[in-house]
Amino acid sequence: MLKVEHLTKIYDDGTVALDDVSFEVPDGQFLAIIGLSGSGKSTLLRCINRLIEPTDGRIIWNDVDITAAGQEDMRKIRRRIGMVFQHFNLVHRSKVITNVMSGRLGYVNPAMSIVNRFPKSTIEKAHQQLERVGLEEKANNRADELSGGQQQRVGVARALMQDPEMILADEPVASLDPVLAHGIMQHLESINHDDGVMVLCSLHFLDLVHRYADKAVALKDGKVVFEGPPKSIDDERFKEIYGKEAERIG
Amino acid sequence: MADQPGILPPDNEAPEAPSAQEKVSKPRWGRRFWTIVIAIVIGIVVYAYAFDTTGVNLDEIQDPTRQASLVRILRAVAHPDLLTYQAVESNFDAQFMSPCPPDGFTPEPTEGSGPAITITPTCVEPGGDVTITGSGFDGNRRGDILYIASSGVEIRLGDFQTDQNGDFTEVVGTRERASDEPQTIRAVTAVTVGSIFRWQRVATIDPGTGEETMVMSPRISDSAWDTWDKIIETVFLAFIATTIGTIVAVPLSFFAARNLMKDIALPLMALTSGLLFGMIGIGAGLVMLRMTRSAADAFSGSVWVALALLVIVVAAMWYGVRWAMPQAEEDEPPPRVRAARLAVVVATAFGFVIALFLLAAVMKDVGGWLGVRLGPASFLGLFIESLGDILRLLVSGGIALVTGLVFMVIGSRLGTALRRRLPDRAVQPVNTLFSVLAGAAATVLLAQSIAWLYEITDPAKTLWWPALIGGLLGLGGSFLVRRNESVGIGLSVYYFSRTVFNGIRAIEPLVMVIIFVVWVGLGAFAGSIALALHTTAALAKLYSEQVESINTGPIEAIKATGATRMQTIIYAVAPQIVPPYISFTMYRWDINVRMSTIIGFAGGGGIGFLLQQNINLLNYRAAAVQMLAIAIVVASMDYVSSRLRERVV
Repeated sequence: MLKVEHLTKIYDDGTVALDDVSFEVPDGQFLAIIGLSGSGKSTLLRCINRLIEPTDGRIIWNDVDITAAGQEDMRKIRRRIGMVFQHFNLVHRSKVITNVMSGRLGYVNPAMSIVNRFPKSTIEKAHQQLERVGLEEKANNRADELSGGQQQRVGVARALMQDPEMILADEPVASLDPVLAHGIMQHLESINHDDGVMVLCSLHFLDLVHRYADKAVALKDGKVVFEGPPKSIDDERFKEIYGKEAERIG
Repeated sequence: MADQPGILPPDNEAPEAPSAQEKVSKPRWGRRFWTIVIAIVIGIVVYAYAFDTTGVNLDEIQDPTRQASLVRILRAVAHPDLLTYQAVESNFDAQFMSPCPPDGFTPEPTEGSGPAITITPTCVEPGGDVTITGSGFDGNRRGDILYIASSGVEIRLGDFQTDQNGDFTEVVGTRERASDEPQTIRAVTAVTVGSIFRWQRVATIDPGTGEETMVMSPRISDSAWDTWDKIIETVFLAFIATTIGTIVAVPLSFFAARNLMKDIALPLMALTSGLLFGMIGIGAGLVMLRMTRSAADAFSGSVWVALALLVIVVAAMWYGVRWAMPQAEEDEPPPRVRAARLAVVVATAFGFVIALFLLAAVMKDVGGWLGVRLGPASFLGLFIESLGDILRLLVSGGIALVTGLVFMVIGSRLGTALRRRLPDRAVQPVNTLFSVLAGAAATVLLAQSIAWLYEITDPAKTLWWPALIGGLLGLGGSFLVRRNESVGIGLSVYYFSRTVFNGIRAIEPLVMVIIFVVWVGLGAFAGSIALALHTTAALAKLYSEQVESINTGPIEAIKATGATRMQTIIYAVAPQIVPPYISFTMYRWDINVRMSTIIGFAGGGGIGFLLQQNINLLNYRAAAVQMLAIAIVVASMDYVSSRLRERVV
């Protein structure tokens, strides 16, 4: 169970990115976060694993207050939260397998990992994850030799290396074409269904929200303007979320 | 020295933008016109002053004597002293009488048809003039006319220059030597043997011993050999400076990268306890140094004992580390195991330092042994020996620093933990106590180093006042920082290292080398240190700017996996900065080669030393060899490094 309570983020320049955001996500749910660009979706996801420090409010996950965790504790929490990014955020010049294994960095011995030594079990696990996303034969390619869809699958494999209990996906398909988008979303769906991992995914296209999400939270100017099942987003709600001039395209 | 032409006309549109719309462009035109006029006037004044201070003087350029000097130097430079030609001298004698004998004098006719000289008249009064006529010589040759005294001593009477046909006529005055015997006048021509296209062996007679030896003509001149020696020294000077500078600059560059440092913030309690622990750590490091060094020294009397001990210590360390730092750790082990592990880690650290000292001792012994026996490769032995010395020096110097740092980290961790455990109302008093102590300790340390520099011995000035001031500063600081706020220590480190790098970079290696020459003496070693120091600062700055411009996505991603800061740097930052780092190192290698060619001007060894000497001796032909060598080396290094850069980037 993830509880977000009165979460507020005000950046140094005075921008209010999140304004008193509260919602709950039960274990095993696939939550879609929707809203216009700049509505605070990315900030919200990054506040949950504290890549961005929230200004106020609390995030409670399995009865642990993430916002109050110290540096060491935060590392331990983060290693159970996988993250997938819009721009994949792979290390281009490293090999695919290294990118995948880096998902395990929170678990392995820091001293050994600095000289690039991973335990055998980690290496095997990395190959298994690559197999799961169908990229086993690309293990020794450089990451930037892969296509966009393949890179995002590597990103998913990296998140899976963490044995995550929660996955934060920040517009994971926004830079991919519709076919590839479904491929990636299906991977996330399988992680959610088969492994029972909670998924928080920000999305642009409503058809993807309808197709994959159990619940949707809509943000507008940092405020929650909708919370409920995706099906209940009708035209009126849509205009509330995306503004009066918006047209539905999907 | 000449400055830029002047000041650009100020942008006069912005301040009066609103009114500009109402008025037509006429008044604006007037204003712009005057701005341009003023700018031009200022430009002229600036240039005039620049001409005056730099002493621009076109008369000097046109002065014939100056031009003659220039031509002389240019011609010397165009004839670099690369080859030495062996000259073969030929003598052509003719005889005369002085004073005239009663029945006149007829010299014996010369035999053969080769070059010959005749003297007319064949007899003169002592001191009278004679005319020397030569024929059958090579055209356009110079030579000397000598008078051979009866003792055999040669006295130069003048010189001659043959015409196109190989003839000459020269009037010379004879010496006032009266004799009954015929006297000899000799024409000497010197012909250089061989050419760049036709190398020959020539017999020469050593004037001292009279021995005949065969030499090549032409052959490589002495200044060419000297230049070769020094250019090798120059290249290796640049090599050492670049490699050492790079090794030091890479880790330092991370401290000067804003994007890595800006997020590092600590609670005040962690910061102050880290500082206090760090200072204790330096003391502990010094104790550790003394203990480990005496332990190592006790065993390093014999190489074999030291070697055996080294192997044992390394093996023990290996297993110790394997046990104390297991590869993967899912759960926190019980406290007892953690304490045991900590003990093993500390013991391993001691073992490591002892091993380093032993290694240094072994290297010194082995290097010395090899140095005597390797013959021509003895420099390898000497190298190993000095590596041992360097290792011992580095360990001795580094150990206090490293323990200080380790203690600092531990201290700040403990401070963080304490901060979290303390009840809220206790935070402020403890914060105050810690920051007063840390402030006092830090200020005293600073005061002690200032006291050392300025030789102040008064304890009131070096101890009590600084402690009081530091304590008060700490007190003020503890109230300034609000309870839940962290201190942005990362940015302080960033600004500090930035300032230090910029400061060191601003001092040219040519100036730095003066200090190092005083310290380690004239020569390439002083030059290497100066150049390495400058390289470190310059590269650290260039590198850190590369770190600042990397893609932040991977950093975010690696951080999100729960990686430590160190892991984030290794896995997200390092792969991105490898190409620019290599490229900047190449660029620096280029600069260092150029710099090392002139660092000798200040006594830093390399070819500059030779060049300066020859310029001061007005030996421009030898200097030209060195200029040529510099040009070749710099151009080829430039070429090679640009090719390599293309390859890696």
